[in-house]
Amino acid sequence: MSSAASTPAFRIERSTRTSWIGLVLAIAIVVLLVSVPWWGGEDDLRLIVEICYTIALAQLWNLLAGYAGLVSVGQQAFVGLGGYALFGLTILAGVPPLPAIVLAGVIAALIAVPTALIVFRLRGAYFAIGTWVIAEVYSEVMGLIRDLGAGTGMSLPVAISRHVGETRFDREASLYYVGLVIGIGTVAVVFAWLRSRQGLALTAIRDSETAAGSVGINNDRTKYAVYLLAALVTGMIGALIYLEKLRISPDSAFDVIDWTADIIFIVVIGGIGSIEGPFLGALVFFALRYFLADYGAWYMILLGAVAVVIMLLAPRGLWGLVADRFDIHFFPVRRRVRLE
Amino acid sequence: MDWINGILQGALIGGLYALFAAGLSLMFGVMRLVNIAHGDLIVFAAYLGLVVVQTLGLSPFVSLVIVVPTMFVLGYILQRGLLNFTLGGDILPPLLVTFGLSIIIQNALLEGFSADSQKLQAGNFETASLHISDQLAIGWFPFVIFLTAVAVIALLELLIYRTALGRAFRATSDDADTARLYGVRNRHVYALATALSLAVISIAAIFLAVRVNFDPASGPARLLYAFEAVIIGGLGSLWGTLAGGVVLGVAQAVGAQLNPGWESLAGHLAFLAVLILRPRGLFPKLVD
Repeated sequence: MSSAASTPAFRIERSTRTSWIGLVLAIAIVVLLVSVPWWGGEDDLRLIVEICYTIALAQLWNLLAGYAGLVSVGQQAFVGLGGYALFGLTILAGVPPLPAIVLAGVIAALIAVPTALIVFRLRGAYFAIGTWVIAEVYSEVMGLIRDLGAGTGMSLPVAISRHVGETRFDREASLYYVGLVIGIGTVAVVFAWLRSRQGLALTAIRDSETAAGSVGINNDRTKYAVYLLAALVTGMIGALIYLEKLRISPDSAFDVIDWTADIIFIVVIGGIGSIEGPFLGALVFFALRYFLADYGAWYMILLGAVAVVIMLLAPRGLWGLVADRFDIHFFPVRRRVRLE
Repeated sequence: MDWINGILQGALIGGLYALFAAGLSLMFGVMRLVNIAHGDLIVFAAYLGLVVVQTLGLSPFVSLVIVVPTMFVLGYILQRGLLNFTLGGDILPPLLVTFGLSIIIQNALLEGFSADSQKLQAGNFETASLHISDQLAIGWFPFVIFLTAVAVIALLELLIYRTALGRAFRATSDDADTARLYGVRNRHVYALATALSLAVISIAAIFLAVRVNFDPASGPARLLYAFEAVIIGGLGSLWGTLAGGVVLGVAQAVGAQLNPGWESLAGHLAFLAVLILRPRGLFPKLVD
């Protein structure tokens, strides 16, 4: 008897029926989003850009905390550095704003190299607080630079924002497409990363660091790569945010609530450790904000309470509940063995 | 002479950071829980002090008679009612739940007391100083803070190494499951550790409130100082934590002497320097 006969026939599935439906749906949504500047107003454009970069930040934080076990409370460091890099590059070095967004990401990633060497000395929860200290350090250092407005911050000169578009609407439309590219690009990169060998390693680390190490995964190098990727894209997002806001200050650029707390709540509520989770979390976040915007502090109290309850009762978030019940995967990153 | 005075003052204020840090260290030591809401609980205790002082007309230091037991009870309830459910192998639940708690406390304080900064008044005592020579003087208040820190840490050491409760703390810290086999009620022990931690930080909170202005957003900075003192001192050693607090206080004082805007930056940089040069801290005891 040949050994082939005793081995059951099987194939590896990397997509599901829902993932094909998801792909069609995603293309339809992208086409719709591309057309918005022809029929939408400035407010619509701004809101969609905000949703795009919020989802992108959530995807990156999810990649860090949900997969690599790097629970960072300091991602505001890279939003702030990206924003300040944009102001520095355009005002002090005369770089046009759109290329400056990409360069700002590169600068953030370069700063992340030594940063990682320091914070990676701390493990688990201490890593979390360590990243926060680092963010404070960058915030205070930016507050010392006179050419960038020191502690009070500064505005972007009108001449520079003119580079982006002559009229106000042109500027909004250009930034809209940049936001769309960053938002969709981030999801695509995270998806591709998780489907690659790197992603397989990351998923193994997510499930058990010890086991991952024992099958030959270099845990530290895998985590390092994720940390730098997150810094690069977060830096670009920071540059986009402050190109749109036109004004930067250390307190706003390195704000832990806006750039990390909200993002953590989105990922926890939506579902940590899945690509679908941050989308669902962002939906809940923007819906809550829409309905509760007038209640100020109560809104944050409610958001925090919802996140605490979900963490305790459904640690894999709302998406975890849906995925377990209906076996839906819009972003198939898993490999499944099917016997034939 | 300004320099020596400043550094001496900074070293004494280090006692305040050591008190913040002792609470953090205690919870981490007993149950490996890093409480992100630590700083916000300190600020919460400061507001509790403010309410007691304003309604009963007590002096800030006398208000401790009410604030410390209240925080002790709150700590017990917080641990048994919420934080115990986050403990287990995974680091995410405790981290994210205490992070959520931190945001909830900040915003609840904001709703209750507005964003205005507050301060407790302790009269002449705040500025009175002990003259050592014509140019050298020690503020009474920083001196009392430092002595209190030494006393609290000595008492905690006694409690941990000389009492039955301390034995239970050390046993659960070493191996929670085995401790249970020997009849230690883990959930109760964890709750007592958190209660004790909050009692210690409420002493620090009143000192803080007398020394500087505080507002609902003051918490995170206190968490970072506490954390830095713990790491500089080395995990698992309370006397090391006191040394860590002193190093942090001196670094901030030196920074402030160079440029008033560099005070907290200098503290952070001292922390990073220790992390780079001696990642296990100056006086490590615990292997983790």
